[in-house]
Amino acid sequence: MKTKTTKLLLNATYLLLLISIIRLITGATDLTSVGTASAALLLSVPIILAGLGGLFSERAGVVNIGLEGMMILGAWAGGFVGSKHGPWLGLIAAVVFGAVGALLHAIATISFGVDHVVSGVAINIMAAGLVRYLSTILYQGGSWPGPSQSPDVKGISLNGLPVLSGGHYFGWQSPDLLTPIAEKHWFLVSDLIGIIRGITGDLSYVTLVAVLFIPLSFFILWKTSFGLRLRSAGEAPVAAESLGVNVYAMKYAGVLISGGLAGLGGGFLAIVAANHYQENQVAGRGYIGLAALLFGNYRPGGILAGAALFGFADALQLRDSASIHALILLIVAILAYLVFRDVKRGKMLSASISAVMAGASVWFFFAVQELPGQLVTMTPYIATLLVMSLASQRLRMPAADGMPYRRGGLR
Amino acid sequence: MKKLSPQKIALALAAPLAAAVVSIFVSSLAVLASHKSPFNAYTTMWEFGTQGGSLMEVLNTATPYYIAAIAIAVTFRAGLFNIGVEGQLRLGALFSAYIGAMFTLPPVLHVLAVFIVAMTIGGIWASIAAYLKVKRGVNEVISTIMLNSLAVGVTSFLFSKYFAVITEGSNNLATKELPKSAWFPDLVPLLTKLGVPEQPGGSVNGMLLIAIALGFIFWFVVNRTRFGFELRASGANPIAARVSGVNSKKMTFIALVISGAIAGLSGLPAVLGETHSYNMGFRSGIGFSAIAVALLGRNSAGGMAFSALLFGFLEVSSRALELIDIAPETYVIMQGSILLSSVIAYEVVRRFKLTLQSKELAKVVSA
Repeated sequence: MKTKTTKLLLNATYLLLLISIIRLITGATDLTSVGTASAALLLSVPIILAGLGGLFSERAGVVNIGLEGMMILGAWAGGFVGSKHGPWLGLIAAVVFGAVGALLHAIATISFGVDHVVSGVAINIMAAGLVRYLSTILYQGGSWPGPSQSPDVKGISLNGLPVLSGGHYFGWQSPDLLTPIAEKHWFLVSDLIGIIRGITGDLSYVTLVAVLFIPLSFFILWKTSFGLRLRSAGEAPVAAESLGVNVYAMKYAGVLISGGLAGLGGGFLAIVAANHYQENQVAGRGYIGLAALLFGNYRPGGILAGAALFGFADALQLRDSASIHALILLIVAILAYLVFRDVKRGKMLSASISAVMAGASVWFFFAVQELPGQLVTMTPYIATLLVMSLASQRLRMPAADGMPYRRGGLR
Repeated sequence: MKKLSPQKIALALAAPLAAAVVSIFVSSLAVLASHKSPFNAYTTMWEFGTQGGSLMEVLNTATPYYIAAIAIAVTFRAGLFNIGVEGQLRLGALFSAYIGAMFTLPPVLHVLAVFIVAMTIGGIWASIAAYLKVKRGVNEVISTIMLNSLAVGVTSFLFSKYFAVITEGSNNLATKELPKSAWFPDLVPLLTKLGVPEQPGGSVNGMLLIAIALGFIFWFVVNRTRFGFELRASGANPIAARVSGVNSKKMTFIALVISGAIAGLSGLPAVLGETHSYNMGFRSGIGFSAIAVALLGRNSAGGMAFSALLFGFLEVSSRALELIDIAPETYVIMQGSILLSSVIAYEVVRRFKLTLQSKELAKVVSA
């Protein structure tokens, strides 16, 4: 276990070193600025929640493509209830709406045995249609400012680590020691401090809760008997049934928790990341959460890694396109590593393909000084595809994931 | 010959009927929620939707849905799911409008050339997902969704930066207009000759004929050819297929690329038959509605034709709801509830049939 942790730390250090060098070369200071790190955390929270949602569902053996739809329901409910009754009730409503979407998915897939992907896609289509209908009615009724936008929701207050990252405790405003260091742009030091300050300061309480869900999910799924039963429903439902586990109940629980988490993720988008609901706010984050789950090999820690990556890409593309331009060099570095690896293994063909791609990236880096906006917004999706294609080989999904299950083994 | 017993007919009708009842119930609730009479809504929709002009509009709406649904069904039959139709058709439409306007050819040849462009672009875009699936094991549902978002970015970039020209006297950004030789003829003159009364302002997109032909080809290839058999086999049971000599990886790749090529065609009714260019107002969401059409139509040529027409009818006829102060978006609720309830109803009926069969079998064995 110890070697694994050190390896992880080592890899993280290499990555940070690489990014620091790229920052020095290109002068794209926003790569590791406090603002970027803070935005990255904010943007990875919905993906963490969606990914954890997927985790509970798929560990119970139900594939949940419907996460996207459940997030849409949650975002809408967050805007609708939040604008009327305040952000906290809005978040609760988001959880409830997400769970209602999940209940439909559970009834269709568990009780009726509908194909999981079919049901999930149907829910996504239905959720998008439902919220559009409801928003139109509310707009026509005069209580919404637009047919695709809710009234504003009051914000949830922010806080940070005492002494180091600002924040306020019982009327005392703490100093913020890290920001000045981050702004010095010292090699490596400022990069590291900037990231730490970004993810420890100006946090919404909801962000904190969402991040705590990661260890909590691990604890529930791997250290409690409920978690063991839930996972047994996803690995070997017939065997679990023979040991007295109520497989249906476990699957229902998994899918409902999944919907609640996804709904919270949607509500977070509407209430914390923005201050109102907007159509297309979710924009594929349910699917990206699913990608983070797959990338993270169906484990909470892996989901965090995947979500952080997507959050980082998303934050950079939102903040400034110069950083995305600089990121091309990161792709070059990764491709160079692949060339090196493949040459060592004697795979000349794939090595040369990587080499050509690396060459093209270098050319692109120098040929294009500033990336056009439409292409910059694609960064998170490209990152998802790249990461999926690099990671998918060593995945092990729950053994009975996606299989229809009937009590007594009937088909 | 199969015998048609009353029981079989009842079973075949049970699922669609149950789905219809549930969805009427749900959409009535939605209409009631806005304090309006559902009955009034349905009669208004029916009256408006069955007028001649509206029916033509229904056909025009259903045509791209049907083509795109066939694209999805190809992957479904192979045990895959191409959600990326939206991106494939958008790129196909943009490139076919742009490249098609660069040259002139004799009428039929020009249209064929545009078809080839659209299919090639759609196929290439889908081949990315196919490659990732076959070589890297990336789930095609996720990759095609990501490729959709990428396609939106790429098309809007290429369109606004390189492909679009501003036509004089209008501020609508569009690609150069296609020469007349690439226009797909309207079917109204033909229909008038056949005795269909002309409608003021009515038009029927000629791509309807292509859609119908594609439906037949789809049915024939999937059900009556060796290729179709291998496609279905690799979808139904990849291991058994491999044992009997079907290269299921190859089939996966081919199915996704063919699907992308057909998806590319589904953008053409608008480009060749209506706007004769790719413009800012290119209709979005065809690819997603087509998923619902394919699911509702059970991926069969006939079923999808029916559901494409149903979706088109709901969409067109609900426009009349505005007249009686009901949100036309009600049709989305109708479509969604029909989809979900029919998916469930079919599964229930399938299970019921299985139980019946095993009971009959038990009788035969014991006798």
